[in-house]
Amino acid sequence: LPSAVLLKDMKLMDVKLGQLGSWLAMRDFTPGGILGAIRRGYERYYNKYINVRKGGLGGISMLLAGYVVLSYTWSYSHIKHDRRRKYH
Amino acid sequence: MLSRLVLRAAPAALRALPPPAAVGVLHTTRSLHTSQQSLAPVPPLPEKGGEVRHGLIPEEFFQFLYPKTGVTGPYMLGTGLLLYILSKEIYVVNHETAAAACILTVIIYAIKKFGGDVAAFADKLNEEKMATALAMKNEAIQTLQTAIEQEKKEQWRVEGRSYLFDAKRNNIAMLLEANYRERLLMVYNEVKKRLDYQVAMQNLKRQKEQDHMIQWVERSVIQSITPQQQKESIAKCILDLKALSKSAQAAV
Repeated sequence: LPSAVLLKDMKLMDVKLGQLGSWLAMRDFTPGGILGAIRRGYERYYNKYINVRKGGLGGISMLLAGYVVLSYTWSYSHIKHDRRRKYH
Repeated sequence: MLSRLVLRAAPAALRALPPPAAVGVLHTTRSLHTSQQSLAPVPPLPEKGGEVRHGLIPEEFFQFLYPKTGVTGPYMLGTGLLLYILSKEIYVVNHETAAAACILTVIIYAIKKFGGDVAAFADKLNEEKMATALAMKNEAIQTLQTAIEQEKKEQWRVEGRSYLFDAKRNNIAMLLEANYRERLLMVYNEVKKRLDYQVAMQNLKRQKEQDHMIQWVERSVIQSITPQQQKESIAKCILDLKALSKSAQAAV
């Protein structure tokens, strides 16, 4: 076997679909763990798209697009009433 | 009593310590820190950020779908998703859609027109910052270099200490010699003066004695010449003169 890595140490992309449930169960869900995950995600995004010499538009536009989608999701129950149907 | 409280609190505190280390181990085994870590020199920033297509979708997504669906895969997926959410009215077309369309048109037009200029301006600002920082660094290096050279020069100068001290020693020796000779001369002069004094005294004494003796002898001789003798001597002299005159007349 090329990588005899433990299940809990594998990256998400290397986890097979069948193992997804057990992999998720093994993740660290303590507040400290969640904070660490958020911090790591932030650092990855920041160092890839923003903390560069010639940063482009994509860095912030992706964040703004994500914000737009999220706010649409949160106000969907209110937007539902504008649908074109006879009975809402 | 207070010490007992501390002793009771200690095991509770010790029990609270262990967990964080295990949590840290679980998460950091992903990237093993095998290389030698050091904070300086800091690696330079990457030139360009991650590729983003159409300003919204990272390039990795297209690469992820390429092996299975080729180049048009993600676009077909996008079209299908768009039609699905429109037809099922998950995305509702209302007044906000019109507003969004107008705003997006204006924004995209502005970006396409002025994007290059803004980017160039930002790059210029960055360059200026880098240039000042680099200039400071170079200046610091330069001052340190000159300091090093001056230090080396000072060290070389220190080696010349021996010559300096030799010269000083020679100076002092000469001063001492000159002083010694001066004093020697003074001693000689003083001694000579005293000896001369003694010699002059002796000479004077002898001279005085001679004079005195001569005077005494003369005085006594003159005193001894009685008037009788004086007349006889004068008569004799006259006779002699006459005889001489006679002989002189005869000679002529």
